Parts: sequence; C-alpha cells; structure tokens
Amino acid sequence: MSGLFAALSSAVAWLGSVIDPLCGPIGIFRLFGSGTLLACGNAGWGDEISYGFMITATLAIATLPVGLFVGFFIALAKQSEEKSLRLASNIYTTIFRGLPELLTLFIVYYGLQILVQQFLASLGYQGAVEINAFVAGMIALGVVFSAYCSEVLLSAFKAIPRGQYEAGDALGFHRGKTMRLIILPQLVRIALPGLGNLWMALLKDTALVSVIGLPDILRQTGVAARVSKQAFEFFAVACLLFLILAMLSSIVFSALERWTKRSEAVR
Amino acid sequence: MSHVETMIPPQPAPPGTVRPFTAQRLIGNIALGVWLAASVGLFLLMVDGWDPEKFAKYGPSFLSGLGVTLGIVGSSITLGAILSLPIAFARMSKNKILGWAAYTYVYFFRGTPLIAQLFLVYYGLGSFRPQMEAIGLWWFFRDAWNCALLAFTLNTAAYQAEILRGAIQSVPRGQTEGAAALGLPPRVAFFKVILPQALIVALRPYGNEIILMIKGSAIVAIVTVFDLMGETRRAFSRTFDYQMYVWAAILYLIMVEILRNLWAWLEDRITRHLKR
Repeated sequence: MSGLFAALSSAVAWLGSVIDPLCGPIGIFRLFGSGTLLACGNAGWGDEISYGFMITATLAIATLPVGLFVGFFIALAKQSEEKSLRLASNIYTTIFRGLPELLTLFIVYYGLQILVQQFLASLGYQGAVEINAFVAGMIALGVVFSAYCSEVLLSAFKAIPRGQYEAGDALGFHRGKTMRLIILPQLVRIALPGLGNLWMALLKDTALVSVIGLPDILRQTGVAARVSKQAFEFFAVACLLFLILAMLSSIVFSALERWTKRSEAVR
Repeated sequence: MSHVETMIPPQPAPPGTVRPFTAQRLIGNIALGVWLAASVGLFLLMVDGWDPEKFAKYGPSFLSGLGVTLGIVGSSITLGAILSLPIAFARMSKNKILGWAAYTYVYFFRGTPLIAQLFLVYYGLGSFRPQMEAIGLWWFFRDAWNCALLAFTLNTAAYQAEILRGAIQSVPRGQTEGAAALGLPPRVAFFKVILPQALIVALRPYGNEIILMIKGSAIVAIVTVFDLMGETRRAFSRTFDYQMYVWAAILYLIMVEILRNLWAWLEDRITRHLKR
C-alpha cells in the first residue's frame, strides 16, 4: 500500500516538475526570478512557493468532485417527500454552513485524530497517530462545500419546471434516465454561476489548511517571510498567486458557461 | 316507482393508507439515527469530561472571546459600510480611471483569501516598523486587534461595495426617469426613490456578508487575537480537552442562527407591502 503511494507520488512529482508554471522549464520564476528572492533552487524561495502553489491547486481540485457528489445527493434528499430525510439533510447544512471553516477544520483534524487513536487503542495499538493534513483539509473543505453546494443545486432544481419530469414520464423513461438525460443538463446550466462562486470560495478557503501544517501557498510564503524577514513582499506574492488562480478559474468558468449554453435557442 | 327498502349496513372505516417503507425512508431514518447517535455521543463526552473547575476557569474567557468576536465583526462591518459608499460610486462612475481603480480594489479583496490579507497587514506592514515609527503610525499596527480590524474593514468594504452597486443597478431605469419627470432633483430622487428600493434587494446579501464575517473572524486567532476561536485554541492547548471545540461550535452556531432568523424576520417585515 505504501509502495503504491510512493510510486503515485513520485509519478505526480515528475509530472508536476514538467508542467510546473512557476519553476518548471518555462516557469515564471525560472524566467524572471533568477537573482531575486524568488529564484528557483537553493538560491531563493521559488521552488518552495511553487510546491505550495501545486498543493493549493491540488487540494481545491481534489475537494471539488467530492463536494459536488455529496452536495448533489443532499440536494436530492432536501426535496424528497420523506420527512426524516429532509430533516437530516437540513441539520447537515445548518451545522456546516454555520460553523466557521477554521473551526470545522480543527474539529475534523483533532476529532479524526482522537477517533482513530481510540479505535486503534481498542485494537491494542498504543502510539501517537497523526492524521494527514491533506486528507483532513479535504474532508473539512468538502463538507463545507457540499453544504453550500446543496443549497445552490436545490434552487436550481426548483427552477426546473415540473413539466420536464412529466415529459420524461411521457417518454417512458425511468427515474434515473429522466434525471440523466433531461434534468441534469438543465441543472448544470442553471447552477453553474452559483457553483462558480462556490469554487472561488473553496479556492480561498484552502488557505486555511496552512494552519494545520499543510505546505500550501500561504504556509510556504509564511516560512519564507519569517526566514528572509521580508514579510510584505512574500505575502504580496501569496496574494498574487491566489489572484492568478482566481483569474484562471474565472476564464475556465466562462468557457464552461458558454459550452453549456451552446444548445440554448439564440434569442 | 322504486324506493330504498334496505339501508346499507354500517361498515367499518376503510383502512388508513399504509405508507410503504421505501428506500428513501430507510436512508432518512439511518441518517437521523446517525445525527442522534452523534449528538448523544457528544453529550456523553461532555458529561463524561465535565469538570466544574475547568468551567469556572475557561467559561469567563469564552465569554470575553465572544465579546471580542462580536466587537471586531460589528466595528469592521460598520466601518466597511462607510468605506463601501465611495467605492460603489467610483465603480458606477463614468470616469474610466476611477471605475478602473475601484474595480481593481474590489477584485483584489474578493479574489484573495481573507487570511492572506490579514497576514499581509499584520506581518507585512509590521515589517516596516522604522518607517511606521517615523510617521507615527506604529501604535496602530503594533496591536494585532487593530491590524485585524483594518484587514477586515478593507475586505468587507469590497464585498459591500459590490452588494450596494448590484442593488442600486437592479432598480429599473424607469424609476429614475419617473422621478425626473416629477421634477425631483437627482439627490432627492436617489435618497427617496432609488435607495429605499435598492436596500430591499441588498438586505439579504448584507445578512450573508455579516454571517461570512462572523465565520471569517475566527482567523484572527492565528495572529494572537483572543476572540472566541483564540480562547478555544488556548483552552484546548492547555487541557487537550476536545469538548472545548464543541463549546465553540455551539456558540458560533447560536450566533449565526440568531442572525439568520433575525434577518428572515426583518426581510419579512420590510417586504410586507410586496405581499399579495
């Protein structure tokens, strides 16, 4: 198992080093940063920050499908006719939309640690257990994202007229096929702007994971700031990197929106 | 001629419709069971770890932390509202440079994480100590609370400016034209016609922004301000007692829920003339 992980991580590391936009063969820091504090390699902090950039992007991208998947089913549960299902899903969103993300992160991080430790202790293993910060961050951010996502999807579901479901029935589709062929394409189109906002929020929330020790952009720039005593420059770089991520994703989302609207009637 | 000769004999009531035990119901019951088990588990954890000494020691500090959280959120929301006015108007102005500057400001503060902005102000500006002392601003930036207030105010001003702009632009043009046709001066038209309608639209986003600030304010704990989160972290680091986080979660949830219900009531009241 650990061998598989090692092989996977080395493959990812190799791929990352080739397409690295900051310190790769044609990276920004490699081209413009040499001789400054942002140089790559041992001369500057470029490669550390570039590693953090990758971690932040990976965390956000890894959290997104989990959050979308869970959020979709919670949205379905919220509009079910079954009272207990609605109540359970409403409790979920109330809790995770009301808690600060930082607190959720701590609760997941320390709570998982205690749970796993107690479980292992009951099996007879006595020793310190350390939860992977990446996994804890993914769970906490995914839970928060899914809570918000379910609200966005719920309002998108409500915007689809009943007639669409009835059309599916009239065509003799069973429920899953109606959902897949008729409802989902419209749902994506309606929910995409809201989901875009949530993605931006997720991207910004990943910065919190630096607090539990994951070497993301903010942590790496923070270390650089502490060592080099040039805090303003390094935190400005961190902000710029987040801005770049935000700009890239707004480009991607506007392209996606155009793509989902390609079959809409031209007015 | 025919007539009824026998009465229909009395019959028992038809059986009530039996709700089938569907998969949905099963999942719902399981999910509710999980919540119930979790809450009972947490309750037992708290009863098990209940320690009056700890309560007496950390209870007051939690309350003072709550006060710090409310103070910093209240003041940054208020100051941000004042600061957001010129930004929103600059964003709507026909002057290209002004509009561009406001757009850049808003884009920066909405595109970067609040925690990075806080670090930029607290550690970043803090590294210019000699220059600060020279112009006599060091007393302000020396205190983490002030830095947090500054960062939060700048951040929320950007968000509030967008809320305000969106709300003002959502009022139909006909309202302005109608006011002009009545001979109202533009100032009066803005304050008596446009703004009241805009604020109805803006009410809900404002509520969301306050909730976001309450939740976002937890990060001041990282720059050594002892708000609710900071007190929680301090108490946890001294006792290693997990229920400290549970208490903080309960307090945050109560705050957010009170605000949410208050806002729902407020919206209900303000839009009562729109109800049919």
